[in-house]
Amino acid sequence: MKKVVGIVLVLAMVLSLAACGSKDDGKTTAAAQNDGTTAAAPAETAAGGETEAGKEAGAETEGAKEGVMPAIAKEDLKIGVIHITDPAEGSGYTYTHDQGIVGMQKNLGLSDDQIVRKNNVNDSDATAIETAIQECLEEGCNVIFATSWGFMDTCEALAEEYPEVIFSHGTGYKSNGKNFNNYFGRIYQARYLSGIAAGLKTESNKIGYVAAMGKDNSEVTGGCDAFAMGVYSVNPDAEIYVRVTNSWFDPEGETQAANALLDLGCDVIGQHCDTPNPQLAAEAAGVWGVGYNSDMSKDAPKAALTSVVWDWSVYYTYAVESIVNGTWTGENYFAGLKEGLVDIAPLADFCAESTEEKISEAREKLLSGEWDVFSGLIETNEGEVVCEEGQTLDDATITGGINWYFKNIVAE
Amino acid sequence: MNQGAGKKIMQNQNGINQVSNNQNTGAQGIERQSTGNTEIHTRRGIEPLLRIVKRPELTGRQIILLRLLAVLLALAAGGLFILCLGYNPFTVYATILSGAMRSPMAIQATVKIVVPLLIASLGVTLAFKMRFWNIGAEGQMIMGAIFASYFALFHAGWNHWVLLAVMALAGVLGGALWGLIPAFFKAKYGTNETLFTLMLNYIALYLVSWLQDGPWRDPGSQGFGKIARFDKNAALNKVFGVHCGWIVALVLVVVVFIYLRYTKQGYEISVVGESQETARYAGMNVRKILLRTMALSGGVCGLGGMLQAAGADITLTMGVAGGVGFTAIIVAWLSQLNPMTILVVSALFGILEKGSSVVQSNFGLSTDCADVLQGIILFFILGCEFFIRYRFVGRGQKDRGE
Repeated sequence: MKKVVGIVLVLAMVLSLAACGSKDDGKTTAAAQNDGTTAAAPAETAAGGETEAGKEAGAETEGAKEGVMPAIAKEDLKIGVIHITDPAEGSGYTYTHDQGIVGMQKNLGLSDDQIVRKNNVNDSDATAIETAIQECLEEGCNVIFATSWGFMDTCEALAEEYPEVIFSHGTGYKSNGKNFNNYFGRIYQARYLSGIAAGLKTESNKIGYVAAMGKDNSEVTGGCDAFAMGVYSVNPDAEIYVRVTNSWFDPEGETQAANALLDLGCDVIGQHCDTPNPQLAAEAAGVWGVGYNSDMSKDAPKAALTSVVWDWSVYYTYAVESIVNGTWTGENYFAGLKEGLVDIAPLADFCAESTEEKISEAREKLLSGEWDVFSGLIETNEGEVVCEEGQTLDDATITGGINWYFKNIVAE
Repeated sequence: MNQGAGKKIMQNQNGINQVSNNQNTGAQGIERQSTGNTEIHTRRGIEPLLRIVKRPELTGRQIILLRLLAVLLALAAGGLFILCLGYNPFTVYATILSGAMRSPMAIQATVKIVVPLLIASLGVTLAFKMRFWNIGAEGQMIMGAIFASYFALFHAGWNHWVLLAVMALAGVLGGALWGLIPAFFKAKYGTNETLFTLMLNYIALYLVSWLQDGPWRDPGSQGFGKIARFDKNAALNKVFGVHCGWIVALVLVVVVFIYLRYTKQGYEISVVGESQETARYAGMNVRKILLRTMALSGGVCGLGGMLQAAGADITLTMGVAGGVGFTAIIVAWLSQLNPMTILVVSALFGILEKGSSVVQSNFGLSTDCADVLQGIILFFILGCEFFIRYRFVGRGQKDRGE
């Protein structure tokens, strides 16, 4: 097993080095880096397969991996965190990331002044992003975690300008295999599980889904498909209605989208957006929902059946540990349910009967590794077959190539 | 600077100025107004609790004292606010200053904030001198950035200097076009330029949104709506660590100063601003001056947008103007439309903004608190401008008519 891991890792390194070499040509670099991503991602899972948690994956393969950056002693660490909104919101995307940072801080015993936070950094203002990151650097930060998608290109440029600083960017797709990587997770696995709760609960057989981005966006569409497949596995008659807000964070738009779905007769509202507003709308209408990012039973206790949640501390701890140990590889990180990076929040007691059993059945299957959400026959709502029996979509497709809706999704 | 707040303050300013404008039209405006007031009072028999009366001209020294007082009051009120949040006002203020200037990197970042603000303020000043209420600097900057981005994205292979020159020209053209549209309708049909320029901002903004989700979407973005980072060849060169837009901005300060003060066209602008009738009587082609000045005003803003996109952002985003076009209006009025003062005031704004951002992370203060602080300071300083021109007279008190 270790040999296989070693070979895959060496391959990944070579590929990402090749990606570095051709930096001048923007377009080909992106493609090459993608190859690097796909090679690296299975390696991560393969390594994780032997142990329980992803955190240990780093220690497990320490011999095989060679760090590409000099180690930073724990007391010399200073970590800058760039947030798109304010963690003080108490739920949702930024809060969840910040909880991950807090968890990491606790796990590693870092002091408060080793963390510098920049909140409300407008992700559509490249200059504001650069200023925020540079302020962290001024204060002596040697590691930057940029938690929102829109920070990607600025991180890439600054990683080149400041080669001694480690930049780690959440949810995008770029990396340079050295001091700039990307981290994300198999959130679709948790979405599949939450779909089971929704499919069993719905009475009208109409389920709504507030999506941040349109069909072309693989992250959002793939998540929506996984949710729909979870619904389908327990309730083939139910249909999913999707409303797109075209923004990751749009409190008003999210409420409006949820209300439009409720008007259509949907009685469970799923969501892929940053605020708990769709859950609040569902609660106000006296129906149910599935939250996202943080446990939204806090926000809408009478509506949230469960929530699809991230535990980013799994990644942050892993990343900072590898920096301290000198094993930081600059590779992309893509972990899932098994590593504990994604999961669903505890089920509400008003979930339909047998929800608990069905979900734990599916969870077993996912954890066993013999089956994944995007495995087996998958038909789109346009009648196309995108995955044959016995096939599994590869990670490159899952992260970048899903631009179709599953067959029980009603397209607008 | 928060966009909404900017707009509100701007409208206030606008209002005040129109009042003073009306009064200035008659040579004896002051007396006429106060006699008008007393007439009304005697007719109704009741005097209002408070009246606003125009002040006699203050001496330069009095004005400086009044402004100094306003700054002190602003700092005191802001300090009270900080104290309520549980922090030491002195350390917070010190952090604002040091945060903006503590290191070369900080100074560079501050300059980067100042450049677009300075250029946009100069742009609107040209229009304001003519009493043309150009609230559209935001949109003109965005249009300039869009025009320039076209060349940065699709002709990145050109010779570096040719490309930059073409981008700068395109930026000026884009902004000028966006300035000309409302000017044309004003000249031809007498439309309201305040609303017209304001609304054009949103058209420009959503054009960017359309471009980034549609035709100009980064092909490598995996379905996310964003425009690719410009090729290095299309990025402005850095001088002393900041994109060379700061040199352009400084040159513009001098050019606009000379243009307004010493050229025939500059003189025409102020005559049209004082009275269109006078200008016409003097044989000036008011329509032509209107169009020319708005093209210039928009063009300068457009150049600011181009510099921001190609110098600071190195891409085109919806945040390319980021409310600067609205803040510029405040800067222009605070500076009494004097280009040299604009340089100082926009530098102060840059320091306040950059410093507040450091305060946010150093003290864990919410960014909203920094906005409130900025608002308090602006409130007092703008309020002081009001008291330079007017004063309150209580019931039963006599106007000290001079």
